Amino acid sequence: MLALWIVLAVVVVVAVVVSFVLLSRRAGGGNAAAASPSAVQTKPPPTAPAPAAAPEAAPQAPAPAVADTSASAPVSPEAVPAPAVVPETLPVPQEEAPPADLHERMGKTRGLFSGYVRALRGRGSVDAQTWDDLEEALLRADVGVATTSALLDDLRQRVKNGDLRGPDAVIDALRQALKASLESAGGVGLAFEEGVTNVWLFVGVNGVGKTTTIGKIARQQSAAGRPLLLAAGDTFRAAAAEQLAIWAERAEVGLVRGAEGSDPSAVVFDAVQRATARGQDLVLADTAGRLHTKVNLVEELKKIRRVADRPPGKVTEVLLVLDATTGQNGLAQARQFLDAVGVTGVVLTKLDGSAKGGIVVAIQREFGLPVKLVGIGEGPDDLIAFDAESFVDALFD
Amino acid sequence: MFDSLSDRLEGIFGRLRSRGRLTDEDLDEALREIRTALLEADVDVRVARTFVDGIRLRLVGQDLSKSLSPGQQVIKAVHEELIGILGGETLRISYASAPPTVVLLAGLQGSGKTTTSAKLARWFRQQGRNPMLVGADLQRPAAVEQLRILGAQASVPVFSEASDPVAVATAGLNEARRLGRDVLIVDTAGRLAIDADLMEEVRQISEAVDPHYTFLVIDAMTGQDAVATAEAFHQTLDLDGVILTKLDGDARGGAALSVKEVVGRPIAFASTGERLADFDQFHPDRMASRILGMGDMLSLIEQAEREFDGDVAQEGAARLLEGRFTLEDFLSQLQQVKKLGSLGGILSLLPGMPKELKQAKDSIDDRQVAQVEAIIQSMTRKERADSSLIDGGRRKRIATGSGTTTQEVNQLLRQFKEAQQLMRSPGMLGGMLGGRGGRGAAQALSEQMGDLAALAPGGADAFGELGAGLPGGSSPMRGLGAGGSKGSKGGKKKKGGRVTPKASGGSR
Repeated sequence: MLALWIVLAVVVVVAVVVSFVLLSRRAGGGNAAAASPSAVQTKPPPTAPAPAAAPEAAPQAPAPAVADTSASAPVSPEAVPAPAVVPETLPVPQEEAPPADLHERMGKTRGLFSGYVRALRGRGSVDAQTWDDLEEALLRADVGVATTSALLDDLRQRVKNGDLRGPDAVIDALRQALKASLESAGGVGLAFEEGVTNVWLFVGVNGVGKTTTIGKIARQQSAAGRPLLLAAGDTFRAAAAEQLAIWAERAEVGLVRGAEGSDPSAVVFDAVQRATARGQDLVLADTAGRLHTKVNLVEELKKIRRVADRPPGKVTEVLLVLDATTGQNGLAQARQFLDAVGVTGVVLTKLDGSAKGGIVVAIQREFGLPVKLVGIGEGPDDLIAFDAESFVDALFD
Repeated sequence: MFDSLSDRLEGIFGRLRSRGRLTDEDLDEALREIRTALLEADVDVRVARTFVDGIRLRLVGQDLSKSLSPGQQVIKAVHEELIGILGGETLRISYASAPPTVVLLAGLQGSGKTTTSAKLARWFRQQGRNPMLVGADLQRPAAVEQLRILGAQASVPVFSEASDPVAVATAGLNEARRLGRDVLIVDTAGRLAIDADLMEEVRQISEAVDPHYTFLVIDAMTGQDAVATAEAFHQTLDLDGVILTKLDGDARGGAALSVKEVVGRPIAFASTGERLADFDQFHPDRMASRILGMGDMLSLIEQAEREFDGDVAQEGAARLLEGRFTLEDFLSQLQQVKKLGSLGGILSLLPGMPKELKQAKDSIDDRQVAQVEAIIQSMTRKERADSSLIDGGRRKRIATGSGTTTQEVNQLLRQFKEAQQLMRSPGMLGGMLGGRGGRGAAQALSEQMGDLAALAPGGADAFGELGAGLPGGSSPMRGLGAGGSKGSKGGKKKKGGRVTPKASGGSR
């Protein structure tokens, strides 16, 4: 059969090609490093003239002209605002009624867990059915097999020891365990440092809501009086910069963008320069959605981070934006992005939908990553600080 | 080849070989593993339960196959059952007698509707149609602009206006009629299935344009929420099919099974990348393999069958095995393999890769490949046949001719030489082809082939041909296994070249 011959040939050629790659890597990057990251993605062809890669060694102004679409109310360069005394961690400005808000928004999730919980509480004793029901409830919330097993094994042990008697105690213990777990990862405040141009980098796979989240944060921070600038680091997707530009307008903040297909590192670099020059000490950097499996795109992201981290810039937050509907793949995403660029926190989006977002429980247990923010709608104000109590309560009641 | 599921099942069934049939108890443990695998793949909890119950019925009391190991037998049954559910009738687009044929796309935010719309448009064009796109997503900033750009790339006109989604869709339909377009694709805004207002809106859009086909666009990485979403959209819109997106990631895609089971409509298309061309018919067998955590080798074979020149392939393989592989050979093989698309993508289709290869696979930048090609093409025939001829002066000429630098030419030559040596060193090729830890590649490859052969009818016969076909008559397995085990098609007794599957039922 011809087919298997062909496979053999492919495998063999691929082996040769791959040995090339391995050798070139060992040799210190040869061909692999030379390719400009912007050219890696084969479509769309860059409309701008071939962009130069953002220089890593010398921080000069990058070659592609970056258009700076300042907001309608531009910050005049001379009036550098006197730095206010701010704490190390800048909490996200809270909406006035968040717990009820989240609770309400997650109202539809009540249906799921509460059904199981009611049934469980009704029964007098803890039996096999109890564990089955709890397991099913957790799995359906996307908590995942491994984490569910760990949680339930623990509870089973405690029931065995006599620490927990009856289904009520078990359910309460589960709630506590989930809450403690989610809280243990750390504070939900967004880190901010004085004396540097803070860069908050937003990363994640395609379609999770990075750009929209940035728009919301821009609005909140701007309303709180913080001067900031947006960087349209998604130079790949059609009309991505336009999308962010609209958010910039809504938040009345400036935006730095590059030509489509240009080097995203250059855009972020330029944004940091401009922000510094204008006394804006916060840059929100958008990046293109990228599947964590695409090594060359992940390499591009690493470079963006490196460039953003060069003084006067400092990357103080790397936020992994995660869609609440994501299943177990969320773990793989967290792992890869964490390895690549060091994620500091998770933004869980689309929690106003029917998905429970339980994957964050697994992510916290495995990587210790805190959820900092929760997206609960497409509107500019639909972003609140994560609250473990509300999250778990909403699941259970 | 198969990852932990297969290994885990092998572990369970290890003791079973003496007994003649699969009993209830044997199955329980195996089915638990299957259930776990499905849940890890994001299959809906309830769907997984039903599925496993079905498999149990199928397998209890079954005789242990003579040719397959118990683990293989179970996997085969599961695989077939999955294909059965995921497949069924393929969706064949039949066009409306009074054009345009209207196609409506709906789904959650971020699922990939806009990109998919453009891909569909391109696909219809390839079918010889005259599609038009309507940008009815007026909610997301710059959504229409995005569609315009993609439409231009697909050479398909895009219609939109600043009104409301229902009005835009209606106006778009009129415009399509006016222009004589025969397919109309309506992109809509992402919406939550539980948002009553927005679901009503999409219902109204549907009513206004009366689509011939309504597709739910769903992200392959969707977890347990898939069922609720699919049910709601199906209830509101009466779906004709589902389009699965972002299959280029590593999400196992269990949502596909859940949705298919619950909605009962075909999964019509699979979107496998961000480029417009990354769009294909959905293949149930490949999805089944993926859900179970197996590599999608079938894709590769089929594609290679389509694209390759068999003689060139055979020749190249033979020369490599004999250590006569030159830059010329490399060039011709490279050009062949390029027809399959991105090299990195190809590598990801190969199962059972050693860790280094897995990491290397995506760092293969296709531009590098183009560069390598250019360099070799700038060489003369003689130079390609014998690279030792290439002195400084020639290197310079080659560099200029290919638009590269002498350093890059040097690098290529040096690396190729090292690669050749690597290829010749005992066990290296075998190691690269998937047999680590002392196992010869012969075993590894035959195991892989063997497993595959168990699933694909007719595959087993290939072994005979493989042995005979190589010029010089030597078995390629022996050549591959140099440094590994002696056995030609050897390996464990229960797998290997002698698999002759019984009527395995068209899984292809």
